[in-house]
Amino acid sequence: MPESYTDLYFPVLVQALVAMGLAAGLLTASFLLGKRVRNRVKDIPYESGITPTGDARQRFSVKFYLVAMLFILFDIEAIFLYPWVVVYRELKMFAFVEMLVFAILILSGFFYMWKKGALDWAEPDRSRRKL
Amino acid sequence: MSASFGFNAADLIRFLPETILTVMGTLLMVLDPILHRRGSHAFGHLSIAALVAAIGGAVYAYTQAGPAFGGMLMVDGFATFFRVLVLVVGILTILPSYRFLARQDAETSEYHALLIFSIAGQCLMAAANDLIIVFIGLEISSIASYVLAGYFRDDKRSNEAALKYFLLGSFATAFFLYGVALIYGATGSVNLTAARAVISGQGPGGPAPAPVFIGVAAALMFVGLGFKVSAAPFQIWAPDVYQGAPTPVAAFLSAGPKAATFAVFLRIFMTMFEPIGSGWEPLVWFSALLSMTIGNFAALMQTNIKRMLAYSSIAHAGYVLVALTARSQVGTAAAMFYLAAYALMNIGAFAAVSHLSGRGERYQNIEDFSGLGQKQPLTAAMLSIFLLSLIGVPLTGGFFGKFYIFKAALESHLVWLTVLGLLNSAVAAYYYLRMLVMMYMHEPGEAVENAEPLSLGLRAALILPALGTLLLGIFPTWVLEFAGKSAALVK
Repeated sequence: MPESYTDLYFPVLVQALVAMGLAAGLLTASFLLGKRVRNRVKDIPYESGITPTGDARQRFSVKFYLVAMLFILFDIEAIFLYPWVVVYRELKMFAFVEMLVFAILILSGFFYMWKKGALDWAEPDRSRRKL
Repeated sequence: MSASFGFNAADLIRFLPETILTVMGTLLMVLDPILHRRGSHAFGHLSIAALVAAIGGAVYAYTQAGPAFGGMLMVDGFATFFRVLVLVVGILTILPSYRFLARQDAETSEYHALLIFSIAGQCLMAAANDLIIVFIGLEISSIASYVLAGYFRDDKRSNEAALKYFLLGSFATAFFLYGVALIYGATGSVNLTAARAVISGQGPGGPAPAPVFIGVAAALMFVGLGFKVSAAPFQIWAPDVYQGAPTPVAAFLSAGPKAATFAVFLRIFMTMFEPIGSGWEPLVWFSALLSMTIGNFAALMQTNIKRMLAYSSIAHAGYVLVALTARSQVGTAAAMFYLAAYALMNIGAFAAVSHLSGRGERYQNIEDFSGLGQKQPLTAAMLSIFLLSLIGVPLTGGFFGKFYIFKAALESHLVWLTVLGLLNSAVAAYYYLRMLVMMYMHEPGEAVENAEPLSLGLRAALILPALGTLLLGIFPTWVLEFAGKSAALVK
């Protein structure tokens, strides 16, 4: 059983030092021992992979952002389930009803989003989307 | 600890208005994709029914008054007063919205769902007795308001309004949250009653924490709440947002969130921060004076009616802050009365603007009201009542509101603030009277010639607040007595 603050965090310090030493050592070794080749092929993003085509700065469909945003929303809401699980045994029926209300609210949001066509990727239904 | 979790019938009754609004709001939200119908008045009828039911709920909750959910809510006369006020504001927002939305071909149930959610947040704020609940209520109310401000998605001004409101609003909320964090750090509680005990040195933890922490927390919360009520120097957003938002939404923003935020303002500063009152008094004093002066002098120069009403609402926030500066029960009662009068007259004035604005909200200038008295005498008469009340002419609610506020200020020996406030009221008379001159002493212009006849909803949206304004002006004791009884916030 470690007694003091210093004892408690000493392993963390060792871990940090080892990590830094390892990184520094490998980089130095590669710098000293490695061969250096400089040509055009070396400068492309994936040296032995797919040849890049075009510019990276192109426009993406706004749908990507919409889906990403909706994903984050529902993802974060699902996180609330974790603390609920921890205290579920203790709170019993109360916790169950609370989570039921929460789930109904989330599902009505999900239903709204789905029916509104926010997830329709292929053909945007014009009449549904306005406003 | 786990004993405090569980079902309690009294708690649920005290939470009734918020429950009704949440259920109805959710229902309205999912109704839209099911029905796929636009341009139906049914959504508006449904929301009005929800709001009336919630008023019933709020009154019923008052019969069972007391703390709820382990002291997180405090359902007392003060909470009930503001709950009913924001619910009435909601009804008066929906009445002119029927015609306004039909004219823009934008009658959806989402509009009403957002409105109901926003009002649910404001009801929660009115009853909150815990900083976390205040924050949650503030966010529910604000997020729905941000969306409502940008309701016309294809309109650039509406977009601008929503973006400005959202960015500045989130920034202000962060300030409030920093204040909450400091209070928790210094007192170990976010409950207003418990934190007050610690601040006044009567807490279980021994002597009071260093006043500097509490002072900084009060200042940070003042920034956050000051923004929401558009008090100077945090008022910059108001004119742009009110101008860009759809007119009924602007009416709502100038009355509902403002009243609810002032409820929170009064409760936090008159309970938790009351022990350090002499510390924050100069801050509020300065903000009150600045709001009145900036609001009134900027309103003098406006040509757009919505901007003019926005600056006037900044000035009126200043008057309410005068009542807060008084730091007395009389001052709190005066602020409550004033907010009720202000909400009615302001939302009525906006209803007239919404009526005249025409398709695409073309007519928003003060000149567009010229000759309204000849063509539409009823609209002009009702608008005159609201404008006279905004000036503070006797027999209107605005007069007694100002009277009680300045009386409370004088009783607390704020002579200079009273003098400067009265001078400000005199300046304000000019721009309201200019509107009256425009309506009655000029020939009808294009806007008035093209104006539609009043619809039933608009008629109600003009006559009901006008009646309320006159009632508050002729029988002020009815409301004032209740306000005076409920204004004792420290229990």
